[in-house]
Amino acid sequence: MPNLRYTKDHEWVTVDGDIATVGITEYAQDQLGDIVFVELPEVGRTVAAGEEVAVVESVKAASEVYAPVAGQVAETNPVLSDAPETVNADATGDGWFLRIRMADPGEFDQLLDEAAYAALTGEA
Amino acid sequence: MEALLPGSPEGTPRRTPLHDLHVARGAKLVPFAGWELPVQYEGILAEHRWTRESASLFDVSHMGQVEVSGDDALAGLESLIPASLQSLAPGRTRYAVVTNDDGGIVDDLLLTRRDDDVFLVINAARIDADLTWFRARLPALTFNHRQERALLALQGPKAADALSRLTPAALELAPFAYGEFELLGVPCSFSRSGYTGEDGFEIGCDGADAVSVAEALLARPEVRPAGLGARDSLRLEAGLCLYGSDINADTSPVEAGLAWTFGARRRGALAVPGGARIERELANGPARRRVGILPEGRGVIRGGAAVRDASGHEIGEVTSGTFAPSLGVPVAMGYVATEYSEPGAVLQVELRGRKVPAKVTPLPFVPPRRHQTRPN
Repeated sequence: MPNLRYTKDHEWVTVDGDIATVGITEYAQDQLGDIVFVELPEVGRTVAAGEEVAVVESVKAASEVYAPVAGQVAETNPVLSDAPETVNADATGDGWFLRIRMADPGEFDQLLDEAAYAALTGEA
Repeated sequence: MEALLPGSPEGTPRRTPLHDLHVARGAKLVPFAGWELPVQYEGILAEHRWTRESASLFDVSHMGQVEVSGDDALAGLESLIPASLQSLAPGRTRYAVVTNDDGGIVDDLLLTRRDDDVFLVINAARIDADLTWFRARLPALTFNHRQERALLALQGPKAADALSRLTPAALELAPFAYGEFELLGVPCSFSRSGYTGEDGFEIGCDGADAVSVAEALLARPEVRPAGLGARDSLRLEAGLCLYGSDINADTSPVEAGLAWTFGARRRGALAVPGGARIERELANGPARRRVGILPEGRGVIRGGAAVRDASGHEIGEVTSGTFAPSLGVPVAMGYVATEYSEPGAVLQVELRGRKVPAKVTPLPFVPPRRHQTRPN
């Protein structure tokens, strides 16, 4: 899917116009195990690429989620506050974390494509 | 009881006799105290809940199984362990701590008086330290570390049901009683004890027989395998200490709330290493106490987080914390200054640079459901 990109920190990104939707990958949710809490940013916050923007807690540990692109937080997934396990069930769909209005839509093309991410996780 | 320590940096982690069984059943293996052990199979939450409603089988073969023999072994051990051991009847098991010269804790353990010797189960990460400690101070006794033995923990309200067709004799054991019975012709040791707050059995057998014992138990419909992840969340809900986190060489048994292990006869004359500090804390109260901590919200407070009073002064530290699957909220344990240790005391705990309101809450978080021998 040309519209789907990844980061080395195991976030996925899709883009629609200047809006990037961000979540964590299937590989990441599997590594984390049962997710029990997701801390999401305030809508309207300005984030730099690589800045910590969310925290995902599994029973075992907390992990940071980084903004793959710079911009402003446009929306967060309301489902996750009551049903964080949605991330385990559907990491790349209903378990999305947040949407960022990109400052520079060109940043998206700098992210890893499917093959590069697969190589990173050893699933190529 | 066991420390969540990384595997030994030198060399490859050791494998238990059940390693291939874990792999075949899809376990996620992690290094733990020098061993490679399953952290989970299908998932920590599911394994935790199954343990609370049915029964789970945990491989705890990494723990040290030590036989102590020699004249007056219990009297010798009493010189290092503040518990009434000489009054222990044969076939009975006791939870106890070993104290160091500063009144801190060398290890916590389960001690069983058998007909001809004393049987200890000690933490994996403490085996070398414990054996060195004991052998140096009790040279007349023999400490035989049975490395070839495996240990399986069958835990949950249906643990006895699961054993009823395999080893019905074990069902006669009262809590903290020990017996030796056969399971499918394999000689096994059974102790009605565990680390989950549920009824259960810790079953020892020769490593060569461990796979057949485990497969027989896992073939029961009540039983599923569970890993270290669920073991940790279960013990934390049950308010049980993890050595290396909640208790260590600096924490005294009084601070840790473990003075109940001493026994009435020994209070007032605790001739053990560090006995002076322990007596002083028993008489005057310790400066800090281990408490349950219930944070607001859903952020999980982990060990190491600072604990502050309502005005922001640091008064303690979280020693372990997790999401409590039985309660659906995060829970933690830690030490606070004694004046803040009463249930309901208002605290703040640090979470990623923020201060989260919390309060002291009685332990355990989930009440134990031990087997009752004479229900009435």
